[in-house]
Amino acid sequence: MDALILSRLQFAANISFHILFPTITIAMCWFLLFFRLRFIKTRDPAWEEAYYFWTKVFALTFALGVVSGIVMSFQFGTNWPGFMEKAGNIAGPLLGYEVLTAFFLEASFLGIMLFGRGRVSERVHLTATFLVALGTTMSAFWILSLNSWLQTPAGYEIVNGQFHATDWLAVVFNPSFPYRFAHKLLASALTASFLIAGLCAWQLIKGSATAGTHKAMRTALVAAAIVIPIQFVAGDMHGLNTLEHQPAKIAAMEGIWHTEKGAPLTLFGIPDEKAGETRYAIKVPKLASLILAHDAAAEIKGINEFPGAHPPVAPVFWAFRVMVGMGSLMLAVAWFAAWQLWRKRRELDDGKVRLPRPLLYVLAGMTFSGWVATLSGWYVTEIGRQPFMVYGLLRTSEIATHIAPPMIALTLTAYLIVYGLLLVTYIGVLKYMAENPFKHAPIPGGNAALGKAGV
Amino acid sequence: MTWAQLLPLIFLAVMGLALLAYVVLDGYDLGVGLLLPLATESQKDTMIASIGPFWDANETWLVLGVGVLLVAFPFAHGLVLQALYLPVAVMLIGLILRGVAFDFRVKAPLQYKAFWNRAFFAGSLLASSAQGWMLGSYITGFEQGLLGLAFSLGIAITLPAAYILLGAGWLIMKTDGELQARAVHWARRVLWPMGVALVAISAATPLVNPAVVQKWFGVPEVFALLPVPLTCAIAFFAVRWVVTHPEVVKAGYGWVVFVSTVLIFVLAFFGLSYSIYPDIVIGRMTVWEAAIGTESLTVIFIGVAITLPVIIVYTVFMYRVFWGKARDLTYN
Repeated sequence: MDALILSRLQFAANISFHILFPTITIAMCWFLLFFRLRFIKTRDPAWEEAYYFWTKVFALTFALGVVSGIVMSFQFGTNWPGFMEKAGNIAGPLLGYEVLTAFFLEASFLGIMLFGRGRVSERVHLTATFLVALGTTMSAFWILSLNSWLQTPAGYEIVNGQFHATDWLAVVFNPSFPYRFAHKLLASALTASFLIAGLCAWQLIKGSATAGTHKAMRTALVAAAIVIPIQFVAGDMHGLNTLEHQPAKIAAMEGIWHTEKGAPLTLFGIPDEKAGETRYAIKVPKLASLILAHDAAAEIKGINEFPGAHPPVAPVFWAFRVMVGMGSLMLAVAWFAAWQLWRKRRELDDGKVRLPRPLLYVLAGMTFSGWVATLSGWYVTEIGRQPFMVYGLLRTSEIATHIAPPMIALTLTAYLIVYGLLLVTYIGVLKYMAENPFKHAPIPGGNAALGKAGV
Repeated sequence: MTWAQLLPLIFLAVMGLALLAYVVLDGYDLGVGLLLPLATESQKDTMIASIGPFWDANETWLVLGVGVLLVAFPFAHGLVLQALYLPVAVMLIGLILRGVAFDFRVKAPLQYKAFWNRAFFAGSLLASSAQGWMLGSYITGFEQGLLGLAFSLGIAITLPAAYILLGAGWLIMKTDGELQARAVHWARRVLWPMGVALVAISAATPLVNPAVVQKWFGVPEVFALLPVPLTCAIAFFAVRWVVTHPEVVKAGYGWVVFVSTVLIFVLAFFGLSYSIYPDIVIGRMTVWEAAIGTESLTVIFIGVAITLPVIIVYTVFMYRVFWGKARDLTYN
């Protein structure tokens, strides 16, 4: 394998691993802020307990996000040196602002949020929690802005093969940015909701639930039920935007090979790039045009219109179906659970969640459903951008490293081993923490000595 | 000097500041990680607690330093990072192990704690040695000859030793009793080897990089620069005096170890910067050749001018919140 393929694999591995953790922390911190605010308002210790337990999960997840994020910041230079040389004038300031306005903020106030109680006032502690939440969200803002610019570049000119910004507002708020940013924040909210609900369900199954478990679970289920339809609307709008700016990506997502009016929606099938067709396709007439353009007779461009400049079809086609399928499942489960909560609302006076046992198992099984949806969505958008780094303007092959392939293969293997180990450990530790909620955590309002070294 | 010429220099200064802040701040927590195997179980907890609230923010300075290199000097960035491909990967894996071990050691089931303690040490060792190696090959201009490799190897051993001294100094400030006494002992053990190595490196630098000779040993430079090694020597002997006089530590002057070590770091850093300036990759690329367009630098400059002071303010605030002896870390 050559350096380009290996570098792409390595970058894919790193970014896939990295994205798992910010996807959780971006939204989870707002959940924490909510728990904290509820405690301050009601003085119900259950809310405080929920805050402590999920703060520990947050800290662990954040640490994994930080260390894998540091890897990302080096990968640009080690594996894609051409990227900063050609697009550095645009990408540089966006990345720079991320570090300056977001990364320092979250990393610094996280210390106070985690360990500052008793050393700072309740107000300062609450502010620290808010600043960490703000930091994670601003971080997403800058990264999504850069990523969107790579997909739908705007506000630039090319001089001697280098990109130069002509209008920074147009760069930051490029055409796909609002959709991508909204889609990502909502995805994060769903990922965090299902993670919280799933672990709480596991606690209920295992008998390790506490008063805080019930509070957190209700919050997460209500949030998921509200957010998921909004996500479908946001996704639809994002799709319209992609059709306008990246028609080749849409063609690959839908498995449409020939340009046609009133294109059918392919529910399932096996895209065959050599033959230029989707085999065994199950189609619904005109539905693709209706969904994509909100017009049943609209013309949708096929992959054949983009010779040598379209993404690999099968992975994009499949990833898209996994994302939509998982989203639909999340919708069904979240609404069913919310309905169950509403049905038993009169019994909720004691603050306990009473859900049917099979539903608890379903929720526990879907603890990481947000990861599946996020990763597949990420693959749709990133593989869908290929063969370009900057859509339509700069090919990925033009910016790859000149490092000897065996060296890249070596580091790739090392990263994969470390990531595999960490992923297994992370999931194992979450399970362990759910089953032993008071193992290291102090009892809220109790003696500090009980919570020895609960980092 | 025009604005276009000045801007790259400003960013060079920002990058230097970030990397210096990184080496000092993450240096002490890497040092604590390197000392971990020497402590008892409960001391390990206290040591980790002493760096718990800080390490995240400390590592951010590395991201800023590399970020400025990436953002402001893209032409040097690719060259430097491709030449350092393997040590960068080693360092990153070390930092990953360390960062997660920190959390896992207390959250994972108890029987795995020893494993994560070892991972914390191993990660600290990988990261600090790799940083030393990178520094060494950077100074030699990525020279692959025997002399260059030997030089890199020398710094790969010296930098962790310097971090250990820094970490011991930190522990002297942040702990008391038995652990503090041990930290004094550790500082005493590592002091001379580190001092000798630093002198050897200073002597070797002109050997591996002849351009440095004129900058330091011309007249009047040699006299103007004399305070640098002199102050280093004074700081060194200040550390030695404190660590060999336990009553001085008891009297509350333990901080001298940390502060003097930081001073040595700062001076070494100054000396190095002076040797290299105005190149960003020695002998190959000046800071102006490596910089991106003035308009983009101006955009980032506005951000830096506003945010960097704010970052420094809340970093100081954070250190004040956790001022004093380390307590057990709790969420309560």
